[in-house]
Amino acid sequence: MPRGRMLNSSGQKELPSTSSFVSQNLISGRRAVFWRAIGDSLSLPAFILLTTMMGFGSLARVSGFEPSMAVAATMLIWGLPGQLAMVDLTAAGHGLLSAVVACSLANARFLPMVVSFLPTVSRTASRPWSLFVFAQLLSINSWAMCLKAFPGVEPGWRGFYYAVFASSILAAAVAGTLLGYHASGVMPAAMVLGFVFLSPLFFALVLSAVTGLPGRLSLVFGCVVMLVANALVPQMDLVVTGLVGGTLGFVIGRRLSRSETP
Amino acid sequence: MSMMSLWVLVLLCALATFFWRFLGVVFARRIDPSGAVFEWVTCVSYAMVAGLVFRMIVLPANDLATLPLWARVAAVGIAFATYFAARRTLLPGVVAGSGSVVVFAWWLG
Repeated sequence: MPRGRMLNSSGQKELPSTSSFVSQNLISGRRAVFWRAIGDSLSLPAFILLTTMMGFGSLARVSGFEPSMAVAATMLIWGLPGQLAMVDLTAAGHGLLSAVVACSLANARFLPMVVSFLPTVSRTASRPWSLFVFAQLLSINSWAMCLKAFPGVEPGWRGFYYAVFASSILAAAVAGTLLGYHASGVMPAAMVLGFVFLSPLFFALVLSAVTGLPGRLSLVFGCVVMLVANALVPQMDLVVTGLVGGTLGFVIGRRLSRSETP
Repeated sequence: MSMMSLWVLVLLCALATFFWRFLGVVFARRIDPSGAVFEWVTCVSYAMVAGLVFRMIVLPANDLATLPLWARVAAVGIAFATYFAARRTLLPGVVAGSGSVVVFAWWLG
């Protein structure tokens, strides 16, 4: 995140510069920032949330959840891998505890995501509780969109932009959850399978954008370890997969990239 | 599970997810985002999500299991091919992959 460049335009008059960012006008003001956030959410993220949460909604239905539970899961958990783990393990007949642990671990990425995101949205924690609201609203989509959009938004308005954007895609996600849940009752079976397939597909494609050798190796080891862990310790397969696959990817990836560039 | 315990499950899962967000806020100023601990945590989450995706596609516990493995793997291949052909745009990839699942399921079933 090029923080230095953003600071330039918050107060001082801009001087001609070689940096392409400085020439852009940073948007500010309630109305402009609101519509920018809504526009950005409608450009694709809201649709992605709508369709992937349709996948979750139809999966929740075939797994025996009520529609209100599916909506509550989307609004309160607000992390699709964890929601899928919860529904998937429950459908497979696992116990409450292992479903909760699997959900939590599938969403463990929020720890590093929050750590890396918060400094970009608000550097001064004037109201500490707002940081927890920001953390609760965070998802992969808003995280990625904000990294792209923040350089064009006045620093003081980034929190507002983020809150509007996140709320907008949350609304799309709730709509998608309900749509997927109820549509799967009237849709032909073949189409339901298509929607159930949306979620794993979406994550598979998003994960292909992971860069860096340790991260990429972790993806490969995650698949390999899952194959073994699911056969040996089906109750704990996600936990084992994350810890073993991630540690292998981290250690081997670091060693290999270090030996390549000494 | 009963309806009551499903509600308990959803709420516990929400709390268990918030746990990480909470820790994230607490650690936001303490973990060096370019450090080794940060990178390891990221690797663990990548492996976990990759494993989850792999299990959902290769070892599904839901109706997807009615579709043969080759059809599920072929659909993933079609999705990736479309995704890269569309210069890494998610929407065409997702639509192509899920669309081929629909076609396979209709054709085979």
